[in-house]
Amino acid sequence: MPKRPAKPYDPDNPLWKLSDEQLEQLGKELDALHDEIFGDLGERDAQYIRKMIKFQRRLAATSRAVLLFSKFKPAWVVGTAGLSIAKILENMEIGHNVMHGQWDWMNDPTIHSSTWDWDTASPAAAWKHSHNYVHHTFTNVIGKDKDVGYEIMRIDARQQWHWPYLFQPLYNVLLMAAFEWGVALHDLDFDAIRAGTKDRKQLRDELKGIGKKVRMQVLKDYVSYPALAAVPFGKEGFKATLAADAIANVVRNVWSHAIIFCGHFPDQTFMFTEEEVADESRGAWYVRQLIGAANIDGRPLFHIMSGNLSFQVEHHLYPDMPSSRYQEIAPRVREICERYGLPYNTGPLRKQWGTVQRTILRLAFPGGGPRRKPGPYVAPPEEKAARERQKELVPAFP
Amino acid sequence: MVETGAQPRVSPLRRQVSRLGRALTTPLLPDDYFALIKPRWSTRELTGRVVKVRPETGNATTVVVQPDYPMSPHRPGQYLRIGMEINGIRHWRAYSITSDPEHPQGVLSITVKYTEGGRMSPVFCRQVQPGQRVFLGDVEGEFTLPDPVPAKSLFVSAGSGITPIMAMLRELDRRDALEDAVHVHSCRDEDDMIFGAMLRELAQRRPGYRLVEVHTTKVPRFQPTDLDEHCADWREREAFLSGPREMIDAVEAHYDEAALAERLHTERFQPVIGNGGGEGEGGNVHFRVSDCEAECEAGMSILVGGENAGAKLPFGCRMGICHTCVGRLQDGAVRDLRTGAVETASGQMIRTCINAPEGHIEIDL
Repeated sequence: MPKRPAKPYDPDNPLWKLSDEQLEQLGKELDALHDEIFGDLGERDAQYIRKMIKFQRRLAATSRAVLLFSKFKPAWVVGTAGLSIAKILENMEIGHNVMHGQWDWMNDPTIHSSTWDWDTASPAAAWKHSHNYVHHTFTNVIGKDKDVGYEIMRIDARQQWHWPYLFQPLYNVLLMAAFEWGVALHDLDFDAIRAGTKDRKQLRDELKGIGKKVRMQVLKDYVSYPALAAVPFGKEGFKATLAADAIANVVRNVWSHAIIFCGHFPDQTFMFTEEEVADESRGAWYVRQLIGAANIDGRPLFHIMSGNLSFQVEHHLYPDMPSSRYQEIAPRVREICERYGLPYNTGPLRKQWGTVQRTILRLAFPGGGPRRKPGPYVAPPEEKAARERQKELVPAFP
Repeated sequence: MVETGAQPRVSPLRRQVSRLGRALTTPLLPDDYFALIKPRWSTRELTGRVVKVRPETGNATTVVVQPDYPMSPHRPGQYLRIGMEINGIRHWRAYSITSDPEHPQGVLSITVKYTEGGRMSPVFCRQVQPGQRVFLGDVEGEFTLPDPVPAKSLFVSAGSGITPIMAMLRELDRRDALEDAVHVHSCRDEDDMIFGAMLRELAQRRPGYRLVEVHTTKVPRFQPTDLDEHCADWREREAFLSGPREMIDAVEAHYDEAALAERLHTERFQPVIGNGGGEGEGGNVHFRVSDCEAECEAGMSILVGGENAGAKLPFGCRMGICHTCVGRLQDGAVRDLRTGAVETASGQMIRTCINAPEGHIEIDL
């Protein structure tokens, strides 16, 4: 068990309010919920991901076909919009989640974390290490989780200030537009390179991997398709398709950057130091995931477009659970939060995104401190009523 | 990686076009888009569809499959891995091929015995309908007829172990080579015998084929010592054996005792390997995704070494068949623990269960 700090950095941190017994019980409850859902996975889930992949590929192929005529304004607009949506779906609801192993239980080698590669500059293997392993294990631990500020920004006041952070609002805007390139380079682990702990041969291989990936991506988006459009429409066709592809990539970058930054950096979330998480129990690990992440409110279409990372809390509790199940378990997670006096972080996109930007601006300068937190979750009356109705539906025998 | 079907055999031209097409489809293959129109247009792995389902005696069912791409011809006695999706999950099993080689329409059949509580056999025996999509592995197995075929032969089978023997007998019949064959088959009763009617008919038609049925509801279970009674000259015959594990062990022991082991043919599975105590120098492994360093002594597989070091690695059969455990080798040389061959295989997918590091290696797992 972690030693409870004598004087916690954030006195509101609910982790320090739970007893060891409570943490153990919480760990068991959350494990049981995971196992319950995994016992129920089957045809319905398989159909969902297959249909999603089929839809995404059809949309991508159609948009590419429309963009052959991108010389004409309406075709350009429709094609660019379609391709942007296709790229967002491919990266988020499909790629990110497949590479997490969420669909590995299907045993389908074409929808599997070991074989999947996505339509971005970042090669699969490197991302699986930096994201699946490092970020999802050491979530929000300052110094361990390289996603805390992505090694270029100060996101928590406990990160020591240096003058380059003065320009972090600028880095942030650049990162928005070039997010996929940022992710590709981030996987290299700059801290380790600087400290000289990164194996030289591995670094060389990874750079080669990125180079290969980037060559193919650039060839496709900025050479092959523009060249195809140039066959009937010459230079104008080439330029219009090139612009369309570039904009689709930027739209996807800005969108995924927004969703991902809203996952861990809104004011509601807690960060941890290495001392705070030493010898952490299973239950405490769950609490860290739960209060280290934040959801975004929205309608079903919004959730799909965000790759269900709008259920970041559920995703961090169960990174290997099919994303289509997050919405379903959300009320159960909230109910657990309420019973254990834990917060359930969520808010509209405007608010979540706004607080992230405010933090980036504020912490560009020295100082700063913990933000106000929402406190324990209290279910609104409608949700309580729904829970009661659910109880009546579920037979009361084992 | 997960267990996967065989690579379909397609023309080099088609492979080349597919490679070039990646300029438009990367990181996918053009095939992934073709599959949107017709799933069988994808050449990622070999698929097929069930064209006929025929019940057999003995609670078995013959399933006839039309592969979507031509398969390499099999030899009677060999088996095939076949995969099917059941409730959204793909399962694989290996079954003996019961059809004749080089069928004019290119179809293949397997014969599946119903197993109570089984995962795949109830589906094959009770539910499967023509049109069902299946995934196909390569034709595999060393349990085949030698060339030239032996003048005097003995077949010993029990239960569903009859399936590869049936394929061999049909081959011998086709080639007019059933001159002096004795077949001892053990099953519960007359009705329980898979291919019973066909084999009894064969025995009537071919004087060179003698069928001895041992029905365990009437007489005690078959013992290797019974061979003297069923086939007095068993020592002089090439023997082909297929059945449950215990029977194979017993008959093998009997042949060893008689110093006739080289006369006995059976499907030999890989001995358990990879736990250390073998040749080679061993080495250490860096698992790049799991961020883990493992030390492997001589003869210890990458998989076992990694597990000992606490890495959570994928695995399946642990004997080199299913390819569940593969990872990309980024640097170094590995030794195949089955053959002892050492190879520098940078950039290749290797099976961690049957390969040991030879010095330091780097792997993307």
